[in-house]
Amino acid sequence: MELLWILVKILIVFGVVMLHVAYATYFERKVIGHMQVRMGPMRVGPHGLLQPIADGIKLFFKEDVIPTPADKQVFYAAPLICLISAVSSLAVIPFFEGFAIANINIGLLYIFALSSLASYGVVLSGWSSNSKYAFLGGLRSSAQVISYEIAMGLSLVGVMMMAGSLNLTDIVHAQMSSSFKIYLIPQFLGFFVFVVAMLAETNRTPFDLPEAETELVAGYFTEYSGMRFALFFLAEYIGMIIMSCIGVICFLGGWSGPFHVPGLPFFWFVIKVYLFIFFYYWVRATLPRYRYDQLMALGWKVLIPLALFNIVLTGTIKSISG
Amino acid sequence: MVQFLFFYFAIAVIGLGITIVNSRNPVHGVLLMLVLFFHMAGLYLLLNAEFLAAVQVIVYAGAILVLYLFVLFLVTLREEVRISPFIEKGYWMGFVIAIAMFITFIKGIQNFTLGEHGAYTIEKIGQLTHTKAMGEAIYTTYILPFEVAGLILLVAVVGGIALAKRERKGA
Repeated sequence: MELLWILVKILIVFGVVMLHVAYATYFERKVIGHMQVRMGPMRVGPHGLLQPIADGIKLFFKEDVIPTPADKQVFYAAPLICLISAVSSLAVIPFFEGFAIANINIGLLYIFALSSLASYGVVLSGWSSNSKYAFLGGLRSSAQVISYEIAMGLSLVGVMMMAGSLNLTDIVHAQMSSSFKIYLIPQFLGFFVFVVAMLAETNRTPFDLPEAETELVAGYFTEYSGMRFALFFLAEYIGMIIMSCIGVICFLGGWSGPFHVPGLPFFWFVIKVYLFIFFYYWVRATLPRYRYDQLMALGWKVLIPLALFNIVLTGTIKSISG
Repeated sequence: MVQFLFFYFAIAVIGLGITIVNSRNPVHGVLLMLVLFFHMAGLYLLLNAEFLAAVQVIVYAGAILVLYLFVLFLVTLREEVRISPFIEKGYWMGFVIAIAMFITFIKGIQNFTLGEHGAYTIEKIGQLTHTKAMGEAIYTTYILPFEVAGLILLVAVVGGIALAKRERKGA
């Protein structure tokens, strides 16, 4: 019976997230369109509302081209690795009080572990395509993700220290009972590092070097087409949603809000996640791409020392205040 | 159920290990290694060591193996590696070493006793959570070995930087 309930929960979460992913692409095109003083998609349905469905059908029926010199097995496996690692992260995220598919003690570490797996999909897709552009994209991505994963992990250590737990539900509870209600205020340094590392981890502008259109055609997925291309696309957007969820859970107080909304326990969670996602689009429409050496310098010389300083600071304050 | 899972993980780890050693394509080898690390993490989970399981994946799969992949990309290019055996006419030496290793392992296993040892019983770890129990053990009882390990790693980092950094002219 419990197994059945878990399966139902998996189906609910998966379905809802897939729907959100579809409309996150629509939201992105609309937001960026309006920021650039144009309308965005308008043709399919009222205000282009059916655009994501049309896109999905198009991608599904497109020819699946596989380059002759590609390493077939790895070429097939790479997009699946990306997608599976992104989707499995959803399992530990508590969307509201008492609703997580698996409420495990090492929730945060589990997400780190899976996000490190996602970089394999990118690297291997670049390698297996046997194409220069894809390969360069894969190499860039592997170096970038390793560098920024360290910064991201360290930026969340402050949160772990304050909450005294790695369990995501416990982190939210600890925030509710803390004096500021959210960790954004005492952990502002950690939050800054987290937000920058979040953009880099999901390969989004201004850190989208692995898929820089002007240099690498499309980067690591240049040789992919049809449904396999769509899998990468899905993985990227689910990755964005996951990162936003972690940000909301660790810094913005999870599902808690200024007042209770009856019947919608996930109301504040969704609002906060969409704030993060809007921030992603805002940054994309505003900032130019970093150069590769700037990216590395920022990661290693600014973010990691800042995150380390934040850990020392948090530890000192915690031991003084007892 | 637990026993079934244990045997699945154990057999998969051994099988994957043999496949990795025999695979001619180094990148396929790395991919299989990734699968192997996940099975190792599964074994840790069966021991209620969830912290170790997560760290196993983060450190080995997330960092070390990616660096391996990086090196492979920069050194070899897709072709299958074919090299002559390290020792041309000495297959018997391999057998001797293998048998010696086997005897060492057998002798080592004899010292292994079943059951719980020390202050950390299963109940206590379950109560504290594995992360906390491990943190306490490392930072109190085993603080010296922990710090020594940290120092060794620091030396390795400094050495790596010293090797990688080119000397500037006039400096």
